[in-house]
Amino acid sequence: MIEIRNLVKNFPDRKVLDGISAEIKDGELFSVIGPSGTGKSTFIKCLIRLIKPEGGQIIVDGQDIASTSSEFTLAKVRRSFGYLFQEGALFDSLTVLENVAFGLKYLTDTPKSDYPRIVKEKLALVGLKDVEHLKPAELSVGMKKRVSLARSIAAEPKYMLYDEPTTGLDPVTTGMVKDLITGMHEKLGITTVVVTHDLNLALEISSRVAMLTGGKFAEVGEPAKFRRSENAAVKEFMEISHLSRE
Amino acid sequence: MKFSFTEKVGHEFMNLAEALGGAALMLKSVAFWMFRSKFEAKETVKQAVKIGVDSFTVVALTSFFTGMVLALQMGHSMKNLFNEPMYIGTMVAFSMLKELGPVLTSIVVAGRAGAVVTAEIGTMQVTEQIDALYTLGTNPTRYLLVPRYIAFMITLPLLTVFADFIGVLGGCIVGMVKLGVPTSVYYDDIFTYLEVGDFLHGFLKTYFFAFMIATVSCYKGLNTKGGAEGVGKSTTEAVVVSMVLVMVLDYFISALLVAVGI
Repeated sequence: MIEIRNLVKNFPDRKVLDGISAEIKDGELFSVIGPSGTGKSTFIKCLIRLIKPEGGQIIVDGQDIASTSSEFTLAKVRRSFGYLFQEGALFDSLTVLENVAFGLKYLTDTPKSDYPRIVKEKLALVGLKDVEHLKPAELSVGMKKRVSLARSIAAEPKYMLYDEPTTGLDPVTTGMVKDLITGMHEKLGITTVVVTHDLNLALEISSRVAMLTGGKFAEVGEPAKFRRSENAAVKEFMEISHLSRE
Repeated sequence: MKFSFTEKVGHEFMNLAEALGGAALMLKSVAFWMFRSKFEAKETVKQAVKIGVDSFTVVALTSFFTGMVLALQMGHSMKNLFNEPMYIGTMVAFSMLKELGPVLTSIVVAGRAGAVVTAEIGTMQVTEQIDALYTLGTNPTRYLLVPRYIAFMITLPLLTVFADFIGVLGGCIVGMVKLGVPTSVYYDDIFTYLEVGDFLHGFLKTYFFAFMIATVSCYKGLNTKGGAEGVGKSTTEAVVVSMVLVMVLDYFISALLVAVGI
């Protein structure tokens, strides 16, 4: 379980996260929505301490990582996370095989001889085959996202974080990524956190949705409850997203 | 908003202090991971090839022509003064081994390999690949910085040794063809007057230059912001700062080595 208590993060010109609290239960698919620039990516990066918050606690399986300065504690906690970056963040200089096997090398004790088999399995799980020898520059945007997802799940994480998984994708690829997220969540039982500005996606796939605005969660609830919210920011975002409240 | 002169100076001073502090923290991390982690042999060899082997042609050409022009200029000056090209080998070898070999090689490496390192790390920074390393259980210092530091520290001194030899050879060719100095006289001049300390003077300096170029290149790369434009800006800054620091360090380290008798 991930517990977030009074999380605060300031940038020089503004307060991005202003005392956020939430509990993400094991097996849950929790989405954070909000317009661009509201601090969604900052929030998800704080969860894995890629960004250090100024205040509050992030308790992952009983271990507070918000204030720790121990590299070893952080590395240990990060081992239980997979992270899908907005642009994939594949290593340009490595092949697909090396990219997907990267986590196996540094996060697990898997023998090197097993890498090709595991990589093949993970690529098949995201609907790719015979791409192991390619470099990221030779892949389409959708393929990069899938390879990146395969890399994130290779070491079988307990938690999976998705940062704007459908940004910049065409409707077909968006549908495919949506199926991948729900597929991973259901097949592997991974606790999942998605940050997105795609309200439609969030309402379709999530167990709970939170709306981040003004540095706080304006509303947190199940999709059905969320649709009926009387919160002005939620109503406005639903209207902008052309979604019915029913 | 308009700032006064004092505010601008204060701002620049704060930026410099911040950069020095950041570089010090980076060095602390490099020292920590240098001895605490498994040696990344494959990555280190890859970097050594990129930094050393790929710079060899430019270093060889630069030092060869420098040796040639040194012999030419000194030969003509000596002819004007003493009517014959005396001590050409001694002067070329002294200049190459003590100053021009290490300094020119460092400038070429800073411009070529330093730029590559900054651009590569900078691109990784702006495309979240550095963050991806953290999420995949790898500290970027361990995976990116330590192999580059080791590669710079091994290849720059080696390149300098090659540059010294090639420069002396260039001088020898000009001495023989243009000035009529026999090869035996040229090398006799060198071995009569040069000592091991003269070679060590230049060779030891390259370790300081290598360390400085690695620090500037890696620091600028890690602190890149603002997409492709930011990568270009960081790369230019890294090259300019490294080149200026090579010259500045050269004076102070030479003074130090002279003071200790090397």
